[in-house]
Amino acid sequence: MAQDTIQAELEGQRENRRSFRYFARRFRRDKRAMVGLVIIIIFVLCALLGEWAAPYQSDAQDYELLAPPTLGHPLGTDNVGRDVLSRIIVGARISMVVGLSTVILAAIVGIVLGVAAGYYGGWMDMIVMRLIDILWAFPNFILAVMLVAIFGLGLTNVIVAIALAYIDDFARVIRGMVLMLKEEDFVTAGRAMGSSDTRLMFKHIFPNAMPPVIVQASVFVAAAILAEAGLTFLGLGVSPLTPTWASILNDARPFFTSAWWLATFPGLVIMLIVLAVNFVGDAIRDINDVREYGPGVTS
Amino acid sequence: MQRYLIRRFIFSIFAIWATMTVTFVFMRLLPGDPITTMAGPEGDPAQIELIKQRLGLEEPVWVQYFLYIKSMATLELGDSIYRRLPVTDQILEALPRTLSLSAVSFAAGVLIGIPAGIISAIRRYSIWDHVATLIAFLGLAMPGFWLGILLIIVVGVQLGWLPVFGYSPISDGLWPWFSKLILPALATGTGFGAILARQTRSAMLEVLSQDYIRTAYAKGMRERVVIIRHALRNGLIPVVTVMGIALAILLNGAVITENVFAIRGLGRLFIESILGRDYPVVQGVILLVACIFIFMNFFVDILYAVINPRIRYTD
Repeated sequence: MAQDTIQAELEGQRENRRSFRYFARRFRRDKRAMVGLVIIIIFVLCALLGEWAAPYQSDAQDYELLAPPTLGHPLGTDNVGRDVLSRIIVGARISMVVGLSTVILAAIVGIVLGVAAGYYGGWMDMIVMRLIDILWAFPNFILAVMLVAIFGLGLTNVIVAIALAYIDDFARVIRGMVLMLKEEDFVTAGRAMGSSDTRLMFKHIFPNAMPPVIVQASVFVAAAILAEAGLTFLGLGVSPLTPTWASILNDARPFFTSAWWLATFPGLVIMLIVLAVNFVGDAIRDINDVREYGPGVTS
Repeated sequence: MQRYLIRRFIFSIFAIWATMTVTFVFMRLLPGDPITTMAGPEGDPAQIELIKQRLGLEEPVWVQYFLYIKSMATLELGDSIYRRLPVTDQILEALPRTLSLSAVSFAAGVLIGIPAGIISAIRRYSIWDHVATLIAFLGLAMPGFWLGILLIIVVGVQLGWLPVFGYSPISDGLWPWFSKLILPALATGTGFGAILARQTRSAMLEVLSQDYIRTAYAKGMRERVVIIRHALRNGLIPVVTVMGIALAILLNGAVITENVFAIRGLGRLFIESILGRDYPVVQGVILLVACIFIFMNFFVDILYAVINPRIRYTD
């Protein structure tokens, strides 16, 4: 009982700044963040609705090949007469799935590694950190290329490869936070009151380590979407047959100079979604005032 | 400091060894093998035997590993499986291209990013700040290959201002070398420049709010002197950390940009050899990249201590 009261009091001191309402109020006032949120919602809807939202079937072919944008085909058609807008809408699914599942995967593994290293320290820290140092010795994208080459093409393989290749940043951030937090008075207090390691970790350390993790996660989503696009562009992507934003660009390579819309729109949507994710991530960082990370900085 | 350096050096060697071991394991895990690729799926057994011998693949794995580490340590990287050229020659041929590309990209990023960040900070919330911030955000969000494509179409093809494909060695003259690198360097360096601009801006803002800056202004110093002599010196310290990952960003970028602009550099060599299961070439490229990378980080740490004397590496 006494323990709970003290804990409630300890948490109450931060309640104001940490409450969702405080967050939502600050977030709504940030114009860039709201623009980003709207863009993300639009693309998530595209991903969910897929063919339903598209004006044409994504693989339906029109007689008009390489037609510039018109009312019928707002973003033009490609070299076999498929509607570019429909393909972009359907292609949203892969980008969203890649962005979301890589970040979940990387967050889980990164949190386990980071917490294990930071909280238990000692030889555990030594082993985890050396592993991470090795990963760190590879530029992330080059590592992702290697991993896809090993695993083979396909959605799952691309997701796992990107998550593994970019995980080092995550684990480092979490370890750093845990190292810092475990020396805090409220953790010592919790320990003195006999809280178990698990309770300390999940009740005290973890919630406080969240803001930088969320910021890192937004950086990660942006990097993952760009990485998927890059891999697809190199021919190491999801599958040549699934329309993704990067594969629409890649398929159009021979027609770039004659059909500007094929070179422009698929790249533009990749840029838009990454921009939106960065806007939202920046806003979260500003609200929580996590200083040490620049936007989109990942090796 | 000395002890720290020695420890760091030993760790660097360890990291390179670990990297090479991981690479060895990776290469054996890669689906497909060079033998079937070279001899065909129903190849002549005698020929297969010959290939195996030439590649040392008939030995047990641990012997292969031992020989591999030995050859890496002595820098005898062997021959490419397909082109039958020494790996060292291929790397030495590709290296200047990637280094040139990285150097020009780095210069582009620094020359655009740092001044933009400084202006953003000292004229905070001015039109310049807004424009620079917007461009930085766009630069971060643009896929490098897409920017490359746009540059090729607009500057190269429509306007016809610059050559868009290939590479000329610097011995062919400075301008042919440089002109072919401008567009690829912009495609690679823009993201890096954007990161630098953002980092410089926030670091400078932090410094500009310090008391000693106010004191400097109060003494009646001109703004230019305050900025250059007082603010920049401390403001650029965090920027140096970003420089540490510059190489990674530029190398990641080079893999894609070299593909877009048809430059036969390390990135192209790496992708081609990894797709073709050309073990010796992949191993060689990775050894080189890991070495450059690990020692670059080492160097940045030292540089960090030199710039900021408050940082003392202990232990």
